[in-house]
Amino acid sequence: MAETGNAVQDNDAPLLVADDLSKSYGRLTACRDVSFALYPGEVLAIVGESGSGKSTLLQLLSAQLAPSAGGVSYRMRDGVMRDLASLGEAERRFLFRTDWGYVHQDPAQGLRMAVSAGANVGERLMAVGWNHYGRIRDAASSWLERVEIGIDRIDDEPRTYSGGMRQRLQIARNLVTEPRLVFMDEPTGGLDVSVQARLLDLMRNLVSELGLAAIVVTHDLAVARLLSHRVMVMKGGRVIETGLTDQVLDDPREPYTQLLVSSILPA
Amino acid sequence: MMTAMIDISNAQKSFVMHLQGGIELPVVRGVSFQVNPGECVVLSGPSGAGKSSILKMIFGNYRCDGGRIGIHHQGKVIDLARAEPRQVLSVRRSTIGYVSQFLRAVPRVATVDVVAEPLIANGTARAEARERAGQLLRRLNIPERLWMLPPSTFSGGEQQRVNIARGFISDLPILLLDEPTASLDAANRAVVVDLIDQKKRQGVAMVAIVHDDEIRHLIADRTVDVTSFAAAA
Repeated sequence: MAETGNAVQDNDAPLLVADDLSKSYGRLTACRDVSFALYPGEVLAIVGESGSGKSTLLQLLSAQLAPSAGGVSYRMRDGVMRDLASLGEAERRFLFRTDWGYVHQDPAQGLRMAVSAGANVGERLMAVGWNHYGRIRDAASSWLERVEIGIDRIDDEPRTYSGGMRQRLQIARNLVTEPRLVFMDEPTGGLDVSVQARLLDLMRNLVSELGLAAIVVTHDLAVARLLSHRVMVMKGGRVIETGLTDQVLDDPREPYTQLLVSSILPA
Repeated sequence: MMTAMIDISNAQKSFVMHLQGGIELPVVRGVSFQVNPGECVVLSGPSGAGKSSILKMIFGNYRCDGGRIGIHHQGKVIDLARAEPRQVLSVRRSTIGYVSQFLRAVPRVATVDVVAEPLIANGTARAEARERAGQLLRRLNIPERLWMLPPSTFSGGEQQRVNIARGFISDLPILLLDEPTASLDAANRAVVVDLIDQKKRQGVAMVAIVHDDEIRHLIADRTVDVTSFAAAA
């Protein structure tokens, strides 16, 4: 038997590992026993309805919320796996400012609305020690270009931008430090459908060009299909089904997943 | 003895429809056949016999309830029925290509890039990938003025040819073809037959579904009758 072919060739080790993560608020359990491993370059979508626990899970994974039980470990740039709960303040800051990105549904939460677009992007670079104005401005311009924002808008404040432009600016601000992992919370949530398609196409290209790993929370199965390799379906705080994205969407097994998939309105 | 590229034994699939009172729809069972390098096996049988489902099982798009889908992948045999998602993705990147009946295009992406994408994903330089995409599009009679447009506005036959170009551009050792000639005219059907012949000479193992008898005679080295796998309870 040639069964050995299925042994996972582990020259690439996981980037992030969730181990029996749970979070409860008093008697209410928002998230229960979630375990998975995310590999470099892999895009994982977490789908489910409001209240399914997907946003709580994203906050646990990105160390913004402490779990009631279980833990998250992350492979630092030196290759050592570290428990997020045991990190010192400097290491946490390094993750948030450099190695991770966090794209909020509402760009106003991820941007500084009263400073220029260029400064919004440049700020992350200054936080990691860049101090040459010309170089910062060049890096900011080149990122604005990559996210399809005209250079003539670099000195404008994001509050003068449309929703789609703000979201693209938020992405540029996150990616300028070359993070290895990006968390996205309903990244296309508040946008018009036509704007969504453009943003999805942009995100899809950036993720594959940069080899980024990403964890994307969305209630929109079309977003999951376009962006992710793997999907986890959540209901009542638990992961009820997981697998390759097209497998779960084309051949859903659990009653709730079948309901979600069959509820998509045809275009 | 030649090593089979695809070695399926006793594969089985049914759907449980939870929204329809949990009724079980058996699809296929006891699916067993092999495909060797340079060979095109055509699945035959009436609509609803499970031909497309078998292709999807070989591609890892449908999960198997039982049996084994052995795929020769990077010098080893991997059982796709029990592979991890990452392994399935690796098999799709470097071993199995799939030409579906319909093009599922990403909005806004130019035709030439839709076709070039599988090569770029495998590390080919963008310029070279586009060059090869252009050659295939020309061969499939897609006029050059359309190459920079997204295929979403194209006719059914044009979209299918874009889909074929995208499926045939890679040098993958296994190719699955679901009705590749269904909405094509005679000239373009002949081009597809040529492309399939060329893949055979390169040693590619293929599984195809074709309803057109004439095309089937032209491409099939062997026919597997899917009705023998019918799972009707």
